Amino acid sequence: MTELRHRGATGSDPALQPPSEDKGSDSEAKVDKDGLSDSEAKVDSGVPEVPVPPDDTPEVLNKALSGLSSRWKNWWVRGILTLAMISFFFFIIYLGPMVLMMIVLCVQIKCFQEIITIGYSVYHSYHLPWFRTLSWYFLLCVNYFFYGETVTDYFFTLVQREEPLRILSKYHRFISFALYLTGFCMFVLSLVKKHYRLQFYMFGWTHVTLLIVVTQSHLIIHNLFEGMIWFIVPISCVICNDIMAYMFGFFFGRTPLIKLSPKKTWEGFIGGLFATIVFGIMLSYVMAGYRYFVCPVEFNNDSNSFQVDCEPSDLFQLQDYALPSVLESVTGWTTVRLYPFQIHSIALSSFASIVGPFGGFFASGFKRAFKIKDFANTIPGHGGIMDRFDCQYLMATFVNVYIASFIRGPNPSKVIQQLLALRPDQQLHIFNSLKAHLIEKGLLPALEEAAA
Amino acid sequence: MTELRRRGGGGGDSPENMSDKEADAEDRLGLQPDTDPDPDPDVDMDCKADTPDVPLSTADIDNTPQCLNKALEGLPPRWKNYWIRGVLSLAMISGFFLIIYLGPVTLLLVVMTVQIKCFHEIITIGYRVYHSYELPWFRTLSWYFLVCVNYFFYGETLADYFGALVQREEPLQFLARYHRFISFALYLAGFCMFVLSLVKKHYRLQFYMFAWTHVTLLIVVTQSHLVIQNLFEGMIWFIVPISIVICNDIMAYLFGFFFGRTPLIKLSPKKTWEGFIGGFFSTVVFGFILAYLLSHFQYFVCPVGFNSETNRFTVECQPSEIFELQTYTLPAVVQNTLTWKTVQMFPFQIHSVFLSSFASLIGPFGGFFASGFKRAFKIKDFASTIPGHGGIMDRFDCQYLMATFVHVYITSFIRGPNPSKVLQQLLMLQPEQQLSIFHTLHNQLRERGLLPPAD
Repeated sequence: MTELRHRGATGSDPALQPPSEDKGSDSEAKVDKDGLSDSEAKVDSGVPEVPVPPDDTPEVLNKALSGLSSRWKNWWVRGILTLAMISFFFFIIYLGPMVLMMIVLCVQIKCFQEIITIGYSVYHSYHLPWFRTLSWYFLLCVNYFFYGETVTDYFFTLVQREEPLRILSKYHRFISFALYLTGFCMFVLSLVKKHYRLQFYMFGWTHVTLLIVVTQSHLIIHNLFEGMIWFIVPISCVICNDIMAYMFGFFFGRTPLIKLSPKKTWEGFIGGLFATIVFGIMLSYVMAGYRYFVCPVEFNNDSNSFQVDCEPSDLFQLQDYALPSVLESVTGWTTVRLYPFQIHSIALSSFASIVGPFGGFFASGFKRAFKIKDFANTIPGHGGIMDRFDCQYLMATFVNVYIASFIRGPNPSKVIQQLLALRPDQQLHIFNSLKAHLIEKGLLPALEEAAA
Repeated sequence: MTELRRRGGGGGDSPENMSDKEADAEDRLGLQPDTDPDPDPDVDMDCKADTPDVPLSTADIDNTPQCLNKALEGLPPRWKNYWIRGVLSLAMISGFFLIIYLGPVTLLLVVMTVQIKCFHEIITIGYRVYHSYELPWFRTLSWYFLVCVNYFFYGETLADYFGALVQREEPLQFLARYHRFISFALYLAGFCMFVLSLVKKHYRLQFYMFAWTHVTLLIVVTQSHLVIQNLFEGMIWFIVPISIVICNDIMAYLFGFFFGRTPLIKLSPKKTWEGFIGGFFSTVVFGFILAYLLSHFQYFVCPVGFNSETNRFTVECQPSEIFELQTYTLPAVVQNTLTWKTVQMFPFQIHSVFLSSFASLIGPFGGFFASGFKRAFKIKDFASTIPGHGGIMDRFDCQYLMATFVHVYITSFIRGPNPSKVLQQLLMLQPEQQLSIFHTLHNQLRERGLLPPAD
């Protein structure tokens, strides 16, 4: 999350930690001009501080910018990296759903690693027996469970075709549970007399991290399969909100927003809200025209590849909306042609601007609690992967819940799968109910009743 | 979990030892059991850097009711302890029978009460560990999250099993349709409240308590919901697993008491291999017999259904195949010894063998986990709710894994998906999707011969 500068902040900060300035975390207390005295040392009886990772800017950038003052250098580094990340985002969208899935998986693993490393530093638990192995093992188990469910849901026919896959999918829950139990028993057996508390802490830490990181990444993948637009628009809205709030705060920021992040301002917050809504509407308009973004990702059994080809649903077809009279008189239009999806995008943007920042505050509070500046140093000028994704979590869950509640019904292939798993008498019963329902709706001619 | 006594273990235990549990707690109470052959100075060295010890709480104070104390005045403390534990065990088992008799709704309420009490016990421990009584809002937030998660789970259960009832009432229909969204909104409100409640000097404590609450919710609430799902499958899926775990506890204790010699695991020094193996075999036998007895009654065997007309729960149905006696031919080896050719069993009894094996082999790990937890935080018992036994969590620590296992077992091996839920989902699909599914199903049923072939 970018922190906003107070307007007219004084000149160049010491060149100690150039990438850290805009983060506004508590380490700024050392170089602070806002008088933050976040001394928690008295309260937290003694988990020592996490060591600060060294400056990780690549040499080439350092050389190119060696002439500038450190403040501008910082801006350039951040700016270049931002552009690099955004270009990378476009590139992987171009490459298609499979690549996106892989990227999501990699990001998830990296986030998990960052948080677990912080846990190790906080608790000095490098030497705990087995613990690294167990953390990664649990990550593997939970991923296996989630990915297995996803694959079974969406690629039902592929799974049915291959015999080993079919068995794996039929007993999937049992296998996942058995794998998890093995890890659990290994944990219990690894408890060492003098380290019980540490081990339980790390166990708790691992599970909470899994809960946060892995479930979110899976919801992202579910959104992706619904249609790439459900992946791109939310992420873009959050990024836009970050950038716009920063800009508005930079130019107009005066009133602080929350004590937790003292550089955020109400002007940035509200400006970001409006800018994001407008951006969301425009982006949806641009994307809703293309099948590539709008169609659910499906697996074609014959060609054995992913395809995004379909008849776009109602949401993505232009419709005429009559403007309320207020707007009519202002703009002189009577109706406007919109995609219904654009209206949904307003809801998504509002969430990204209003509730999304709480994810960022949560991460800020977490960093202050454990006295770390950034989660890691992966991206020069920005910190770790988690720093970039902290606002995205709530967004991914929200989009998933939104889709499940307001957009789509259940997944048809999953329903077929369940149907075929029922007992014959239950199938017959459902068949008759369905037939009655379809005849009622006029989808089946009544003649069929006599024939069957 | 009952700890086993070593055979011929050193004479009298210290008089204040109200429970057979953690030996290390005695160090803290200042009583040196010099006759104890296995002193256990369990000092977490690297926890100096960590949060301080949990202070003595009311959980460690003797909570035996006065009447019992009076009645057992004359006996030496060791026997007094046995009597108290024995009386309470019988009381709990009778209570169990009573609520089974009272029916599924009572069971549901009891499960919910137990869940709330377990949550309360663990959260209280968290407060004591972190001295976080004074944290603003935190008690409220913990209970609020409990309510949210329960609302989410119970709502899903109700929508699944009582679809007809839900469809009838308009407000319920609305709540059911947007259930996930409403639950998520409630949870988010709690999350935002947490973020807004972060106070400058208490960040770390607050994050710890947040994580503690969530892990507790994960353990306690999900398990209790799996217990309820098992219950709805048929009360036998609730009764048999719980009874098996209780039986394993008691049998392992008895075998250990009479024959115990070889220690099982350093974590619980009073457990022995003899107890473990003896408990395993006796539990398998017990489960087998119990399954046989219960499978006859529709009351236990039928899924709990809701009768829309009478607005009550009914347990009546045509028992499924696993609850019908079948004839099995014995393998030749057994035939020679027993001279029976075939034996009549319920298939469910075979399933019960698997359930018993799990309860005896893996269930104890749940108990070891809880023992490790208690040692880590230097507490003797989770609470003092049940005299002689400790808190509710102490009684239920082995049940967790069991509940999840039974649920996974049922969904993998016993039943398919819930037909009313499938129909509900079908009716929510788009018309053309419904048509295509209709045709697929039609072909499938024709192939199986359940429908006459097409003209």
